[in-house]
Amino acid sequence: MLLIKNGLVLDPASDTEARLDVLLEGDRISKVGANLAAPGAEVFDASDLIVAPGFIDLHCHLREPGGELSETIESGTRSAARGGFTAVCCMPNTHPVNDRASVTRGIVERAAATASVRVWPIGAASMSSKGEALAEIAAMKDAGIVAVSDDGKPVATARLMRQVMDYCNGLGLPVIDHCEDTSLFAGGSMREGTQSIRLGVPGIPSQTESICVGRDVEVAQITGARLHVAHMSTRASLGYVRAAKKLGLRVTCEVTPHHFTLTDEDVIYDTRFKMNPPLASRSDRDALIEGLADGSVDAIATDHAPHHPASKDVEFDRAPFGIVGFETALALGLDQLVHTGALPLMRLVELFTTGPARVLGIERKLAAGQPADVTIFSTDHAWIFRASDSPSKSHNSPFDGRSFHGAPMATIVAGKIVFRR
Amino acid sequence: MLQRSSHLLEIEGLTQAEILFILDQAKPFQEFQRNPLKKLATLRGKSVALAFFESSTRTRISFATAAARLGADTMSLQAESSSLKKGESLVDTIRTLEAMRPDGFVIRHASSGAAAFIAQRVDVPVLNAGDGMHEHPTQALLDALTIRDRKGKLEDWNVTILGDIIHSRVARSNIHLLSKFGAHITLCGPSMWVPREFEAMAPNVRCTARIEEALEGADVVMVLRVQTERLHEPALSPDDYILRYQLTPERLRLARPEALVLHPGPMIRGLEIDPSVADGPQSAVLEQVTNGLAVRMALLYHLIGRAPADAPHPAKDRSNASD
Repeated sequence: MLLIKNGLVLDPASDTEARLDVLLEGDRISKVGANLAAPGAEVFDASDLIVAPGFIDLHCHLREPGGELSETIESGTRSAARGGFTAVCCMPNTHPVNDRASVTRGIVERAAATASVRVWPIGAASMSSKGEALAEIAAMKDAGIVAVSDDGKPVATARLMRQVMDYCNGLGLPVIDHCEDTSLFAGGSMREGTQSIRLGVPGIPSQTESICVGRDVEVAQITGARLHVAHMSTRASLGYVRAAKKLGLRVTCEVTPHHFTLTDEDVIYDTRFKMNPPLASRSDRDALIEGLADGSVDAIATDHAPHHPASKDVEFDRAPFGIVGFETALALGLDQLVHTGALPLMRLVELFTTGPARVLGIERKLAAGQPADVTIFSTDHAWIFRASDSPSKSHNSPFDGRSFHGAPMATIVAGKIVFRR
Repeated sequence: MLQRSSHLLEIEGLTQAEILFILDQAKPFQEFQRNPLKKLATLRGKSVALAFFESSTRTRISFATAAARLGADTMSLQAESSSLKKGESLVDTIRTLEAMRPDGFVIRHASSGAAAFIAQRVDVPVLNAGDGMHEHPTQALLDALTIRDRKGKLEDWNVTILGDIIHSRVARSNIHLLSKFGAHITLCGPSMWVPREFEAMAPNVRCTARIEEALEGADVVMVLRVQTERLHEPALSPDDYILRYQLTPERLRLARPEALVLHPGPMIRGLEIDPSVADGPQSAVLEQVTNGLAVRMALLYHLIGRAPADAPHPAKDRSNASD
């Protein structure tokens, strides 16, 4: 038994904001109420802290199988726990690609043996994510996938997207798309604009993303299926998502902490500023913050993309895309969104909890009978992020050395404290 | 001057005074090239690593000659023969060269930012000999020396740059340098090669697709090489380019009568420039080559020789000549 005492409970599902105690018994929440007593229970004093439902990350790369030099399920989920995440959805672009039940089962088994937090695999939409034949989606669903995506690449064609959506509609799975028109992308390394021209770095126009979001929304009109736009980074993409929601389509989207924090003006010849989609313009960044505030954006997702140090210690245009993100996600949300007054704290909690849960079609709340997944955090704890202190095998973060106000203080998964600051 | 940094990575961060110092220091080296005995002992015992990860003929020979005439040894790495072809990373290649203890690096690389990347990882001066589409600082300095010599001053000219601007490090370095000296710069070429974003790079920069408009009133016309590999990227017909953008005698007449014509080379006669313009009285193409040697000697002398700013100039002090 674990009794979390004196915390400020923020539960978006029931719109609760109150000083309450939470009692966990076994792997379930048994009681939420004022002044709970539980003789013999371990007590966690959450005075001055926020007690929230366990955070869910819809988008990460754990690199296992095949990329264990950069990350493993063990190292990645330890980092996720430090970021306050109780469940993470890992993308299928591993080696081999998670396009069949045997690979899914391998991930689930490794997670059961080594993971600190829940690992919810995402299956590929097409075999090897090549954009041709459909992956073994039904078999993967039985093995435990929670969504499909060809992440790292877009679902190749509108025709394939239609098929994937139709099929997943029947299977009850959302389709997550990494939206990108690959012909317009054309080997770029950062957002096209004044800064890319100044640095002489091949640019990626923002429309590379929005063209594909537009396509997907159109296909969603044909199919009526659940479409989720991954790592959305531009104002125009947000416009398509808003329009789709207005039409009553089941379209959702996520935004990463780096896209609501940094812009292309921050890019220097440092591969920790290279990710895909690239850092966008200030106007796009501001639009994303509006979308996070007004409810158009459904979730904050990290796109945690570890790359071992040697692979990032190369020329800018030759470096792989992506940055690690678990441990700075909440702190960036607090600093960039809440402490600035852009979002109420309850809304930020929603973006890490009920928001992503809704995308996956599951519940997430602090109530009796629910899984005992709880994230406890401080809104003012002063600390400095040091990438080298992270249990992740990779340190490719543009936020290395940055100071923050607010941090995860404890992460509880199935009633067990898996991280405590 | 040049005391703030031991590297030369870009023009953008240099001050007017630093640029003028380099040009002034290059001046005696310019005259020195006419000496029958073209060798100084200034950098005797020093060695310079010429690391050319992208093929280059003129810049490499220019740096090698500049180093030799200062008395330095060179160690040379060329892309074709390098271990990069065998999959070695840039960091490892540079560390290997560094272990041979050169006193400085000259870097040419196809990636923007590569010279800065190396400068952060070695303890000796790095000279950027062209990094991707970013900068080619010694080219802009030799162009500035040529303009100042031929036109009597560097300030306030109308400068037109013709060609493939977006892919050009020469254009970027020249835009930064000349705008520090009050130039009005017109960039001209097929529209997809001249994005409007350049107008935000420095004051008084404008972009146009019309060569007639670009040349009118120009004091200096810089013709860039049309990189034939780029013609294939979005396929553009060379004939179309010639029709609209070749610098012909007729078009040059739209510029000021005494307008200076520059080309960084290698030049493709009959494509971006008409042969009679290339060889005409307004062209300074070969002076540019000689000035390149002078500028590079000045830079090697100061950065690798770590000469104090007020030291007697080696090319003026004949007792220093090697015999």
